[in-house]
Amino acid sequence: MRYLIRRLGFFVLTLWAAMTLNFFIPRMMPGSPEEALRQRLSKGGSVVTAEQLRTVLAEFGFDPGKNLMLQYLGYLKSMVTGHWGVSIGSSLGVPVTSLIGDALPWTLGLVGIATVLAFVLGTLIGTVAGWRRGGLIDGIVPPVFIVTSALPYFWVALLLISLFAIGDNPVLPNDFNYDQGLTPAFTGEFVWSVIKHGILPASTILVTAVGGWILTMRNNMVTTLAEDYVRMARAKGIPGRRIMFGYAGRNAFLPNLSGFAMSLGFVISGTILVEYVFNYPGLGYMFYNATVSTDYPLLQALFLLVTLAVLICVLLCDFAVFLLDPRARTKG
Amino acid sequence: MSAVVAGASAPVTGATRRPRGGLFRAILRNRKAVVGAALLLLFILLAAFPGLFVPGAHHDPQAIGDLPLQHPSGSHWLGTTGLGQDVYAQLIYSTRESLVIAVVAGLGATVLSVVIGVSAAYLGGFADDGLSMLTDIFLVLPTFPLIIVLATYAGKGNLTVIIIVLILTGWSYGARQMRAQAMSLRNRDFLESARVRGERRSYIIVVEVLPTMISLIVANFLGAALYSVLTAAGLQFLGLGDPNSLSWGTMLYWAQNQGALVNGLPAWALSPGLAVALLGVSFALLNYAFDEISNPALRPVRRRRARTAS
Repeated sequence: MRYLIRRLGFFVLTLWAAMTLNFFIPRMMPGSPEEALRQRLSKGGSVVTAEQLRTVLAEFGFDPGKNLMLQYLGYLKSMVTGHWGVSIGSSLGVPVTSLIGDALPWTLGLVGIATVLAFVLGTLIGTVAGWRRGGLIDGIVPPVFIVTSALPYFWVALLLISLFAIGDNPVLPNDFNYDQGLTPAFTGEFVWSVIKHGILPASTILVTAVGGWILTMRNNMVTTLAEDYVRMARAKGIPGRRIMFGYAGRNAFLPNLSGFAMSLGFVISGTILVEYVFNYPGLGYMFYNATVSTDYPLLQALFLLVTLAVLICVLLCDFAVFLLDPRARTKG
Repeated sequence: MSAVVAGASAPVTGATRRPRGGLFRAILRNRKAVVGAALLLLFILLAAFPGLFVPGAHHDPQAIGDLPLQHPSGSHWLGTTGLGQDVYAQLIYSTRESLVIAVVAGLGATVLSVVIGVSAAYLGGFADDGLSMLTDIFLVLPTFPLIIVLATYAGKGNLTVIIIVLILTGWSYGARQMRAQAMSLRNRDFLESARVRGERRSYIIVVEVLPTMISLIVANFLGAALYSVLTAAGLQFLGLGDPNSLSWGTMLYWAQNQGALVNGLPAWALSPGLAVALLGVSFALLNYAFDEISNPALRPVRRRRARTAS
């Protein structure tokens, strides 16, 4: 129980750290947000009154006249209660929450499925490779996946585009989430279109993410197989498959599981690049757009959201480890 | 391997079997390490003497030519950019900046992780709790979005900013490993004896502890360098680098901006990424090889032995 409480404490603390960074980074950096905002707003052609500017800035939690500490507390409060302000970028005045709500399902679907698939596949391949030490699979696996795990996301994306989406007869589309002529509905045509548009981005994530998990799982497997209880199981004549999954695999899997949550940050980094290359209207692409148009409120909200996603995953993995590993339960 | 060295002082050689240059020889025996080191050496040569690898006509890679968007040909090996610049020359001359970012940011992150990890393990108590917590927080914070946020606010394009940001976000993983390793060393006899001798704490850490951690430190540097290469290229690709600089990420940025793929110029769009990938692969191979050298269990086994074992 103490273990879980400590992990929850860590969750809260990290979230607080993310919010604090979010608050102080713009204030520590050179250049005043007020000036940047004025430029940004007047560039769009609209005339901005001082009154409007102040309203937007207040939404953004920035008030030059107020004490920094009070601003900070107010900011924390509005973040926690979900008042994330309005966009000051290309979609001026739209609440950040509704912008994010539109993009979230696409990223969750695409990245979620691709990541989980990569993790499951990687763990399985790693288990088999580690089990058949020196076998055919084990001979090929490490060198190949060292290479794929070092490939830049965007390069794999560009490569896939040039292979499948460009040329005389493109096999798969290379941008957006569905054919632009269609209206979203649960028809076969629409669903097929969504799937077709998702294949290339998803395979990009799969190709680059799977390698790391295969390698760590294989190495964990190799270490675990040298343990006495595995030899004992062999001596008892337990069938190989049961030793592989129930004895060695189960234990080798634990560090991989905590690694999964940790590496999620990397996957999200990759997603920004992948969605940018494929013009996929998810959170990553929105992040990029927010950067280009210096849309601070959106940028902050997205960063917070991404941190929250990683933290929730860390927490879930902690719970899973807690359930799977009696040592974590007793040690506290 | 040990026979030659062991001769003189037979009784104690059990502990110090590995002769001088053992690490070097171990690298030579590991195929992954050889491939990785060869690739890295090639990139170092390219970075140091780019002029040797580029035909004389293209010694100024930024020179604007009159033939934009050319396909690869005899005079332009990888074609030309939208401004008629030679892609091959740009590719070679870009090696320097990309390699410098990787090495400097990798070194910086490693130093930071050694300092934080080792001091956490040695100071213990409250300081350890605080530093470990800091490490864990940085480990979980999504770094790339954080980098983008930082780079956006700090003004785009500054190389120093990119390197500092890479260091600030890249140290945490290493620090955790350093702390674990230093913790396991903490109560060894040789450190105890140094303490009994009355050595200062700083002396113990620098002279006694760090040398025993050298293989982990090297592995860490390689990992951090790999991370820096990929992240810096990603940042520049998104346009957060200096658009006038010569680096692979910037080349990719321009290729994407001027629609290299759509215009049917895959050589321009893909070659800088391939260079990034190859540099990354060389770091990754070396890193993995170091794992194998320090943990013999991971080494590939010969087929003959494997058959009898299973």
